[in-house]
Amino acid sequence: MDFAPSDLAESLREEVRALCRGFPPEYWREHDHAGGYPWEFLKAFAERGWLGLVIPERYGGSGLGVTEAGVMLEAICESGAGLSGASPIHFYLFPLTPVIHHGSEEMKAAWLPALARGELMSAFGITEPDAGSDTSRISTRAKRREGGWTISGQKVWTTNAENAQKILLLARDQPRDDAQPYAGLTLFFTDLDRSRVTVRRIEKLGREAVDSNEVFINGLEAADADVVGEVGKGFAYLLDGLNPERIVIAFEAVGIGRAALRIAAAYARERVVFDRPIGRNQAIAHPLAAAWAKLEAAELLAFKAAWLFDHGRPCGREANAAKLLAADAGFEAADAALQTLGGFGYAKEYHLERLWREVRLYKIAPVSQQMVLNYLAQHVLELPKSY
Amino acid sequence: MTPSAIIKLRFIAFTEKARLKIVVTVKQIPDPNATLKLTSDNRLARDGEVVLDPGDEYGVEAALRIKEAADEAEVVLVSMGPAKAADAIRKGLSMGADRAIHISDDGLAGADALTTAQVLTAAIKGESPDLVVCGCESTDGSTGMVPPMIAELLGFPQLTFAKQVEVSGSKVTIQRQTDVGYDVVEADTPALITVTAGVGEPRYASLKGIMAARSKEVKKVGLGDLGVTRGKPAEEVLEVVEAEKRQAGEVIEDDGNAVEKIVALLAKVKAV
Repeated sequence: MDFAPSDLAESLREEVRALCRGFPPEYWREHDHAGGYPWEFLKAFAERGWLGLVIPERYGGSGLGVTEAGVMLEAICESGAGLSGASPIHFYLFPLTPVIHHGSEEMKAAWLPALARGELMSAFGITEPDAGSDTSRISTRAKRREGGWTISGQKVWTTNAENAQKILLLARDQPRDDAQPYAGLTLFFTDLDRSRVTVRRIEKLGREAVDSNEVFINGLEAADADVVGEVGKGFAYLLDGLNPERIVIAFEAVGIGRAALRIAAAYARERVVFDRPIGRNQAIAHPLAAAWAKLEAAELLAFKAAWLFDHGRPCGREANAAKLLAADAGFEAADAALQTLGGFGYAKEYHLERLWREVRLYKIAPVSQQMVLNYLAQHVLELPKSY
Repeated sequence: MTPSAIIKLRFIAFTEKARLKIVVTVKQIPDPNATLKLTSDNRLARDGEVVLDPGDEYGVEAALRIKEAADEAEVVLVSMGPAKAADAIRKGLSMGADRAIHISDDGLAGADALTTAQVLTAAIKGESPDLVVCGCESTDGSTGMVPPMIAELLGFPQLTFAKQVEVSGSKVTIQRQTDVGYDVVEADTPALITVTAGVGEPRYASLKGIMAARSKEVKKVGLGDLGVTRGKPAEEVLEVVEAEKRQAGEVIEDDGNAVEKIVALLAKVKAV
């Protein structure tokens, strides 16, 4: 077993760190407060080719794997940018997996190079208000018409819909059949035509810089060429992107935990109360030390899951478990850090509360901790399905 | 010889002349943002986080800008340091340098400025460059002696503290940063220049630059390959003492006579 990080991973980490130094915590605080998209940050990464990290080289990307994507996103989070910085980059990677793996040659040639350069933005419309974790229940319908499709319905938690030109959209082309609930779902990569789509922003606990939206679709027209892969197989294509997304999210959660620990440890070394630095008190030191250990463990599992995926091996259990452990470890680290700073932890000026709010998301999304446990119980321990 | 052969030969001669070779010296140093520690023999501990010397990043940037302005140029990095220094070299290659020479030899541990200059010179000589670009001084050792020593050993003119560099034909012209402005200094190539932060912000490597750096040539050489034997050091560190703490300033409260008090104080320290 070789735990040495590759030269490439080290170089990526260093360059991302250097690039992030140009975006201090105040930049993120401001964008979090005002809810403005971090365009300057996205541009800095786009110009240097980072958005094309997983896009194959022949479409203008670098064709790297989940390991490298994880290293990049962890470094972004660890810089203090948190999810406000990681999400805009993240959404150029794994939500696009179905297009990269199953899109037609024409689709890929037409759109991937522009995506790799960051000249195009895509929204992701999968989840619906009445479906949640049970994707088979979505009700957005795609109806055949001459030469294409007409799509109507409603999506929720659609990231980037305020600014995107394209949308990856899952719709039912057949009514739900209890015998085959995941059949009859088709994935479209199509223009987000604002004359047929209404976008309403959702105010959130955190990551206000990156918009999450309700999307109302009324007669959106898509061409046959906009269908990703084959009609009716959309759900299977989506599954391809789930494991890599869970893996990079584990890296992101670890990165945020590290950022929080760095702030807390620096504070605990300097802050003197009762004539000594508070870090000398074990009630302060131990939670931080324990948080560090848990982050290390979660990161190791994330690296293992990434290695498995990049080597074409099954990685469902590791990807899910890494996300489970990292989301908990990241939140615990942020919480212990917040507690360390006491009242100042609650103050925006110290940037911890933003990280704390952001990392909390990963206990819920992209899959809840509870659904991960269900998965592990059923698929690893072979226990009967509970739902 | 046919007329077409003559033309061809002329063309070759012309392109060879136009090709500019720039050597940049680079060094890996302990991260200046981290707490620096000394070993028991008063050497800087180099086992923590290490980075490419920020001063050398300006050197690489200057060389890349000269290359971009030239018809054809090659940027070669030369670095002396332990195996780990490969990371700093990689960084320079990711920024856009073409290839590198990494001088690594156990016999070089703790080398002083003169030894370092002799070893770097031996490697640079092998390249016969038109221009050698150095930072003004390393951020860790800060002696500022290595670049002038290299210039002397190579027999090159040295143009120091450049905030702007221009190479035209066989002439290099710099703006030498001074306290009050700048001097314009020029020399015939081959020459050595040292650059300040004034040359422009070092670029960030692109993802493709990082990927490309992995297949660029890094030639590893030892003292034997360079034909250099380590002589007696010219310097020896006898003692390391902590810098004196800054004294607290004197606060003058304005009781109506503050101006007189300040003038008297300035006169006392001979500031006026």
